[in-house]
Parts: sequence; C-alpha cells; structure tokens
Amino acid sequence: MANELSAITPYAASLGIAFNEWEDGVPILILGGENIVEGRPGFYHGGAISGLLETAGYAALRLALKAEEREVQLKPINITVQFLAPAKAAPLFAKARITKLGRRNANIAVECWQDQRERPRATAIMNVLLAEPEV
Amino acid sequence: MADPTQFDPQKAASFVLGSGHSGWLGMQYRDHGEDWCELELPWREDLIGETERHVLASGPIISLMDMASGLCIWTKMKSFQAIATLDLRVDYQRPARERHNVIGRAECYRLTRSAAFVRGVAHDGDPDDPVAHIAGVFMALPGMSRDGK
Repeated sequence: MANELSAITPYAASLGIAFNEWEDGVPILILGGENIVEGRPGFYHGGAISGLLETAGYAALRLALKAEEREVQLKPINITVQFLAPAKAAPLFAKARITKLGRRNANIAVECWQDQRERPRATAIMNVLLAEPEV
Repeated sequence: MADPTQFDPQKAASFVLGSGHSGWLGMQYRDHGEDWCELELPWREDLIGETERHVLASGPIISLMDMASGLCIWTKMKSFQAIATLDLRVDYQRPARERHNVIGRAECYRLTRSAAFVRGVAHDGDPDDPVAHIAGVFMALPGMSRDGK
C-alpha cells in the first residue's frame, strides 16, 4: 500500500521519509530523527520539518485526486510553516488535511507531532496549483 | 582588519554548514554584507522533487533559505545568539532549472529586541528571475546566548 505513495519523491526517500500508517484514508508519514535531519544538536532542522510537512501534503493531495480520477499536474504556489515547538531527535509524524480541493487549486493544512499528538511541533498551510497535464 | 568581536558569517558558515542537515545537503557559503548572507545549494540527483524532472525539491530550498536567514540575522546582530524560526513563508515563482544549483540570499530588514524579520530570494543564476521569494520571522531565545546574557 505504501508503494502507492508516489508523493515519496527521491528527495523525501533520501531524507528518510516513510509511510507509517493509514488514518481515515489519509497516510501518516514518519521521519526518523537521525543525524541528517539535525539542525542544532539534538533537534530537527526547520528545513527537514518543512520537507516532511510538504511531502505529507502532497501525499494526501495525490490520493484525493486519484479518488476523483483526476489527472492534473501539481505546481506549488506557496507554503507557510509555523514552528510551534522544537522537534527533538526522535520520530516525527505528519498528517495532512485537504481544506479545499477546487478545480484549479487546492489548499492543504498539515500538522506534525512527536509523542504528544495534541501538541504539534509545526504546522503548514500550502496552496497548490492544479494544472492541466502538458501535452 | 576584521574586528574579532564581530560575527563572521563566513567562519560561522564553515561551522554550522558542516554537519547535520545542512552538511548532508552540502550547503556552501557564497557572500555576505552588513545585513544579508548568500548560500548555495549544489544540485544533486537524490534531492529532486519529481521523478520525471531533474529539478531540486522544495524542501532543500526551504532548508537553504532558513540557514541563510539565520546567518543574516547573526550578521546584523554582530553576534551569535540562539534564535528560533517562528514562521517561514515561501512563494514559488517557477521550478528551478534542471541540474542547476540554487542560490539563496536572505536579508534581515528589521531587528527588534526579540524578533528578527527576514526576506529573501532563491534563484538559479539570475537574481532578477527568482525561483522563490521568502519571508520569515525569527525570535531570539533569551537565556540561551553564547555569552550567557
């Protein structure tokens, strides 16, 4: 089932992002917390956190589009990441919620957490352009 | 002569870019001014964002801009102090070109007692044709500065 997650890009795979589990039909992704994601000692780099959030956003979006049997090209418009608390070197989980899935764009909200689900480490809002496939 | 009491982004870059996430990405120092700093992210096959096109993913670009932001804040502060990213916004103008390095330039345009405001541009050769614009807010973490203040 995890192989269906085409949102795991070469970058996401080499960073170590993997499928963790399904929840309400949406994948929860996991990032391990090893050395290559470290910013200041013992904590995640903000860029690695952002990479996980963005990947989770695309994973949910690709699945939603697939469910509607839509073939569109995804183009990022923007992402805003709010860093709420430092993420320590331990597994970090992320799950996205599609706030709006329109004809031309999608708006996605993503959260990531560690041991306490109700205390997110970071959240992101993403806007993605849904373009007609180029011929 | 360089003032040894001043923060030197070039020296700091060799230190903070050498390990962890930035080291893995292979970020390099390029240049700096009084309130800005420029870094470069070399193109690499395992950092692409799509299997069909050889374009750097956006995650590494966010990392690049976050590091350039931190360095430009310390440069403007003239000292190293623990800071935390509160919020970072990236507006993508276009994908980076295939097999191109990405250069990130961040400028700290406003520094208050506890907050630092940053804006920046990521491009792949021509600063007037950016890949992305960024805006971020950072907060100084009291009690965590290197000199113990």
